Amino acid sequence: MRSFIAAADDELTIFERSRPGRRAFVAPKLDVPDRDLDELLPARLRRAEPPRLPEVSEPEIVRHYNRLSKRNFDLDTGFYPLGSCTMKHNPKLHERIAALPGHCRLHPLQDPPHAQGALELMWRLQEALAEIAGLPHVSLQPSAGSHGELAGVLLTRAFHEDRGEARAKVLTPDTAHGTNPATVTMAGYEVVKVGTDRHGNVDLDDLRAKATEDVACLMLTNPSTLGLFETGIEEIAEIVHGVGATLYYDGANLNAIMGVCRPGDMGFDIVHFNLHKSFTQPHGGGGPGAGPIAVSERIEPFLPRPQVVRREGAAGDGAAGPYYDLDYDRPKSIGRLRGFQGNYGVFVRSYAYILSLGAVGLRDVSEVAVLNANYLLARLRAEGVLEHLPAAYDRLCMHEFVLSGAPMRRELGIRTLDLAKRLLDHGVHPPTVYFPLIVDEALLIEPTETETKETLDAFAATVAEILREAREDPEIARGAPYGTPVRRLDEAAAARHPVVRQPLG
Amino acid sequence: MTRYTSATDADREAMLREIGVGSIDELFSDIPPRLRLTRPLALGAGLSEQEVYERLRALAQANTSTEDEVSFLGAGMYDHYVPALVDSIVLRSEFLTPYTPYQPEISQGGLQAMFEYQTAISELTGLPVSNASLYEGPSAVAAAGYVAKLAGGGRTLVISRGVHPHSRETLATLAHGWGMEVVEAPLRGGVTELPRLGSEVCAVIVQQPNFLGAVEDLEAAAAAAHEVGALAICACDPLPLALLRSPGECGVDIAVGEGQTLGNRLDFGGPSFGFFASTRELIRRVPGRIAGETRDLDGRRGFVLTLQTREQHIRRERATSNICTAQALNALAGVIYLSWLGRRGIVELGELMLKRTAYARERLSELDGVRQLHAQPVVREFALALDAPVEHVIERCRARGVNPGYALGRDYPEHPDGLLVAITEQRTREQIDRLVDALGEAVAAERHRAEVTA
Amino acid sequence: MDERYPDDLLYHPEHDWARVDGETARFGITWYAQDALGEVVFFEAPAVGTAVAKDQPYAEIESVKAVSDVIAPLSGEVVAVNESLASSPETVNEDPYGEGWLVEVRLSDPSEAGDLLSAEDYQATLS
Repeated sequence: MRSFIAAADDELTIFERSRPGRRAFVAPKLDVPDRDLDELLPARLRRAEPPRLPEVSEPEIVRHYNRLSKRNFDLDTGFYPLGSCTMKHNPKLHERIAALPGHCRLHPLQDPPHAQGALELMWRLQEALAEIAGLPHVSLQPSAGSHGELAGVLLTRAFHEDRGEARAKVLTPDTAHGTNPATVTMAGYEVVKVGTDRHGNVDLDDLRAKATEDVACLMLTNPSTLGLFETGIEEIAEIVHGVGATLYYDGANLNAIMGVCRPGDMGFDIVHFNLHKSFTQPHGGGGPGAGPIAVSERIEPFLPRPQVVRREGAAGDGAAGPYYDLDYDRPKSIGRLRGFQGNYGVFVRSYAYILSLGAVGLRDVSEVAVLNANYLLARLRAEGVLEHLPAAYDRLCMHEFVLSGAPMRRELGIRTLDLAKRLLDHGVHPPTVYFPLIVDEALLIEPTETETKETLDAFAATVAEILREAREDPEIARGAPYGTPVRRLDEAAAARHPVVRQPLG
Repeated sequence: MTRYTSATDADREAMLREIGVGSIDELFSDIPPRLRLTRPLALGAGLSEQEVYERLRALAQANTSTEDEVSFLGAGMYDHYVPALVDSIVLRSEFLTPYTPYQPEISQGGLQAMFEYQTAISELTGLPVSNASLYEGPSAVAAAGYVAKLAGGGRTLVISRGVHPHSRETLATLAHGWGMEVVEAPLRGGVTELPRLGSEVCAVIVQQPNFLGAVEDLEAAAAAAHEVGALAICACDPLPLALLRSPGECGVDIAVGEGQTLGNRLDFGGPSFGFFASTRELIRRVPGRIAGETRDLDGRRGFVLTLQTREQHIRRERATSNICTAQALNALAGVIYLSWLGRRGIVELGELMLKRTAYARERLSELDGVRQLHAQPVVREFALALDAPVEHVIERCRARGVNPGYALGRDYPEHPDGLLVAITEQRTREQIDRLVDALGEAVAAERHRAEVTA
Repeated sequence: MDERYPDDLLYHPEHDWARVDGETARFGITWYAQDALGEVVFFEAPAVGTAVAKDQPYAEIESVKAVSDVIAPLSGEVVAVNESLASSPETVNEDPYGEGWLVEVRLSDPSEAGDLLSAEDYQATLS
């Protein structure tokens, strides 16, 4: 594929293709009386030089971005076992639905009587997410997982302040995703780390020692970022609630438990979902996503404003039957986290997914996700891979698992990074590397439920082959990749002397 | 098995055997029995693709979109034309389905697109550094406030009442967590009147054009901020920047804004993207992803995510933001759109909007019972004051297939009679004339009703 | 002598060194620290005149994939910073004890040097 493009691969930016006078858009003819610009907009307010956008025609733009796209690996093309990211298939139906003008050309400030379809969709999605989480009240407003986390910690703050309490700390495990501590600071709290025991679970003794009345919240994910279920979750909930703190669920790993168990039942007060993970919103190369939250009864008063609600027969036009509305009358609300109602286009796709799968289908998703992960682990063991990359914790995993490349580094002379880069030459996206932080030379692998058994077999065999190759000659992996559009890039130079835009004469 | 998985009974049997367990249930043995669901989720049965489509189509039909009425609704998001080539490119699997480019060697498409986007935003705003996107406009304003908090010593943020109400509310929500005070600067005659600033102010935030459509004096605001050592932050509507002096030229330190009008649809409010641009001095404090240029081992030009030590996955509790997933695909639509408009096209679009807005504003304010709410220069949106209940006037216009705009009274109680009217290149003269007729009639009818009932 | 840890310097267990010269001292990070960090891309120096306290962080140093606090081995006031690191931060990797020095400090309590480690003792902490 690379050589097919490379023949004419000039690698220019769209700005470098620009030629004076070329254009794609031509403005509609002026159909109102012409006016002197100075009259409408005094010269001192006007810019002297227009922004130097490219001057290109439509065929050039199309060709440019098409060629660029072929320099990307993507999920529709190959296996993408990126741990913690849940790279599952994005159903193609969703794009057709999201493109319906009734959805995508609806103005966010359209009066509710004329946006009943959208409001009903949001309400039904809320109900479905509440059922999946086991918590009754949902806000769809947050735009990503970390945005949902911020909502959760701000809700916690409001909850404590409402009781006249000023707590200063939030606990996170040392396995936490970076967004957790970053969120804590943004919400004005101090991060305190809780340790992990040798079984890969939260160290209960450490938790007991650190769970004081100055703690506002414990942020957890279950299964953890190690892909392991917190077997002591009920005790954790008791400890945390015992000091009056809230228990927050980071939903990044929800794919392991849908229809099997629910965070609300485990004792969590606040849950966020990543609709771009378990609910198939395409990742888009870095978004958009959405991070709705579900909360318990006692947290409900503080939810963001507005909330989507269903009223019975209250439509202004006198019609009977349910009426969907935006409720702004929320005196204890933390307020807004963004404009309008949230990433509606993402809700459309997620709702379609939940309708497609139903109760049985969603449970099947989690069962197969966990089956695939355990099977892949078993195949890697059978191929001898675990001798050099042992599982960090010797127990059943859930939907993902962590290997440590430390022995591989010592014995074969290649690092987890080198293994990842060599995988690129085999047409596979590498797993997540160097996360979680507590595992040395970590490799976090999440196959998801949409992969076939053959794909998993092939991946295990490929990893084994790379290790065999490394035993013969470690230099090969250290210099990989070779077959990609570019080879290893100088990231240090990029950080020392950042060039973050094209200079234009 | 569902249509999106492929583990047949035979597959499952073989896999369970390889794992060494008797059933899938055993794989969940770490979950305490007490926590396991003993009933299916109350979600109903899964539907076929066809049935799902029907349901979602029915919901779409229960919405009145801008295809169903002539809409002059703006107030932060606008009904612009999205050219077909945007869809054909962003729906390509290679852009739609990959994750954030953590392995740059196989992500050059996305990374170069980010670099091009950053260049385009830098050109629009007149500031040298742009990130690769934030979620949307109001949260981008809050993100800029967070930068000011981390950078400065002051405890106070001053924000103009002319900034979008959603942005002011979002900032207030976040600032509460930072322990900072937010002070609102009033509007006078339609533009910001800054109070005297003290050294406790770490940022001054204005909007350009402001929520009432008026063009603000950015230079004066920036100068006032700098005099007390505060950052000057401007939330901008991107298309008017084709005509207006850029924030960078005016001395603004951080320019943010809502990117929806750049190649993205209304989508009932999202997803769109927020842009964030700053001076060079602030580069290490910028939130979100940034793509940077570099070379590979063989000397080829390539692009990588750079300055990652600002971000959550490295700096964790001391990160410039907690943002991880942003709005990359929407930003891609943005740079495609800006390339499609081009250097001449964006100016033509700006001038077209400017002239049509002038026409609409003049014709409408000539109507009985309608006057301009302020007389400031405007670019694509303006505020009127009606001598009749605005909500009723809107209903009457709607009945004639024209949505005349946004009732200001909800967000600006001091303008209970206010109507905000937005123009895009899709609003033709003919449609504007229809609006004039409809609004004239509606106001007259409402005034007559008031006289009669009085 | 192990070249990576010159014996004419004093060491702090958090991987910083001090070269004392009467009332002033130069600080930097050790070979171990620059090796663990990887290629250094940025050093945010404190302003001249800043007070630094023994055992407390006084600056941050960044590589591509990591950020690290730099700990002051001794207390005092910053009198000079290594300006060349702004354009060539990689000097910290190439010559951590020479051209890669970070700051020069006028010591407030030279006797604190007694708490620091010799090259040999510091190396012992590394294994």
